[in-house]
Amino acid sequence: MSDVTRVVHERFPHWVIASHAYRGDQTVVLKREGLLEVCAALRDAPELACEFLMDLGCVDYLSFGSFQGSAPTLTTPSPLPYFMKPAPTAEMWERGVPNEFRFEVVYHFSSLTHGHRLRLKVPVTAQDAVVDSVTGLWRAANWFEREVWDMYGVRFAGHPNLKRILMYEPFEGHPLRKDYPVNKRQPLIGPVN
Amino acid sequence: MSDTHVLPLEPHTRSTETRHMFLNIGPSHPAMHGIIQITAELDGERLLATDVEIGYLHRGFEKMCELGPYNNAIPYTDRLNYVSPLINNFGYCWAVERLMGIEAPERCQYIRVILSEISRITDHLTCVGASAMELGAFTVFLYMIKAREVLWELIEAVAGARLTISYGRVGGVKADLPEGFAQRTHAALEEVRRVLIECDKLLTRNRIFVDRMQGTGVISKELAISYGITGPFLRGSGVNYDVRKAYPYFVYDRLQFDVPLGSTGDNYDRYLVRMEEMEQSMRLVEQALKQIPAGPILVDGGGQAIPAAAMVDLAKLGQTGGMKRVNVVTDPTLGGSTKSFHCGINAPERRAVLPPKEDTYGNIEGLMHHFKLVMMGHGIRPPQGEVYAPVEGANGELGFYVVSDGSDRPYRVRVRPPCFTIMAALPDLLIGGMLADLVPTFGSVNMIGGELDR
Repeated sequence: MSDVTRVVHERFPHWVIASHAYRGDQTVVLKREGLLEVCAALRDAPELACEFLMDLGCVDYLSFGSFQGSAPTLTTPSPLPYFMKPAPTAEMWERGVPNEFRFEVVYHFSSLTHGHRLRLKVPVTAQDAVVDSVTGLWRAANWFEREVWDMYGVRFAGHPNLKRILMYEPFEGHPLRKDYPVNKRQPLIGPVN
Repeated sequence: MSDTHVLPLEPHTRSTETRHMFLNIGPSHPAMHGIIQITAELDGERLLATDVEIGYLHRGFEKMCELGPYNNAIPYTDRLNYVSPLINNFGYCWAVERLMGIEAPERCQYIRVILSEISRITDHLTCVGASAMELGAFTVFLYMIKAREVLWELIEAVAGARLTISYGRVGGVKADLPEGFAQRTHAALEEVRRVLIECDKLLTRNRIFVDRMQGTGVISKELAISYGITGPFLRGSGVNYDVRKAYPYFVYDRLQFDVPLGSTGDNYDRYLVRMEEMEQSMRLVEQALKQIPAGPILVDGGGQAIPAAAMVDLAKLGQTGGMKRVNVVTDPTLGGSTKSFHCGINAPERRAVLPPKEDTYGNIEGLMHHFKLVMMGHGIRPPQGEVYAPVEGANGELGFYVVSDGSDRPYRVRVRPPCFTIMAALPDLLIGGMLADLVPTFGSVNMIGGELDR
């Protein structure tokens, strides 16, 4: 366990669900309630000092692991021939929470002072897809959270201006959700006025 | 009109009332580098409030990536930042490579560095040239576009295309550098240097240019960091953050270069940072060309690349048991069959890289291998996992967050577009300034619609 993950573990044992460092990316899975507290510490605590909120995105785990391939008839993974088998020592990755938590809001932090990076993941269910907004801590969160709302329909409590950003206002649904059909058409809109 | 007398205003209609004017700049406007709308509230010529509206170029990049196999996303990445598409290509490929736990061989890393830096120069040339043009210096624009043309010809010689290159591959690149690439590059860089010196003379101490750029669009260090701004825009404010230095990828840690920093964070500083970065990029290219090793540029699934000479030695000893392919002579008209580097790789397991054409047409393993990588429903299959791979794009940190569910399609591809965060900060840069300052400030953002809206 590296420094950043350990510090978060020690300071917030009650909020941390899981952590891993798959492929070297420090990752902490966090309970939703603890997000603001942990984020404030991440920004302000001198040993964490994550000045940058580099990225904020979301993943919809609705169909995670249920498709085996892009071919429509393929229901089981087609085996690899012997000469393409992966090395047996590959590290394992686990999500940390069951897939009932459909959405996962993913934060990527970066520290200018210490040079470390940290990924925070906050799982939420589809019925109650609300996360606290971190716009009060990083201004970058403003547009990123708008985008997540636009694309996934995850709401951010306390966001000053939570409206669509890439899609237009009358657009129905949230296009990056896994159950949004890719070929669905919506009526074209004209100029607003 | 015969009767031309003008009625004087009635006393009760005279008024000293002033109202703010609302002005829509864009979505389609000559000074907007792309389709974007800025709604400005004006008091005279002063901007009181602005609202930035983006999304006009949203093509559903992230959704499209989830639909096809991993390699299908590579052409889409060309269309993110279409001024420096190679950096996007390599960033995505690097993310998938990390997801699979493989590493591209050294030569390929150098090729990626060289082409990334050439792309960075083209991007900066476009940005500086276009913003100079908007301030009236059309000559500079033409000179810089001419220089960009020289570099794009170089890229064309390598990748076969100028803009939509699709040159990156998971585990390598599409093709090796062509014959005489180093000489051509040196000549091209000479040309670019000449242009830069000329443009520097035209702009850097030009009274009109300096007056328009200095003190406009100022952003402080703290604000820039809070907005998550990276790249030349951040460095213009004096923050020393460059992904190439902070988190070296490819072979940037072996190369010497300086990170130019501004001090005031205005448009002029950003211009100077970009001009200096071009020089540093040329320095990087020249060093990389000196250091680049000869050898294979593709890698097998285990991360092992066997040079051709070692393979020949093994064959002389009769140790060909592990080699699952036989070289057959194919028709030279077959695409790629004469490329020497194909002989440079030979490994028992290859999960990401296509076999050479000789193998595909020459033996059953090669055919199976090709099939397993190309046919629908097969393809590259990274194990379940997630990875965030940041590279230094021309506008700042370009990150690819790729999640794999173990199938042949990426489960999620999230792009962290560098100019997205800068555009979010744009109102703070503009408010309080003059309307005319919007043009140089917006120009220095170097907004690329493709990566902004995806």
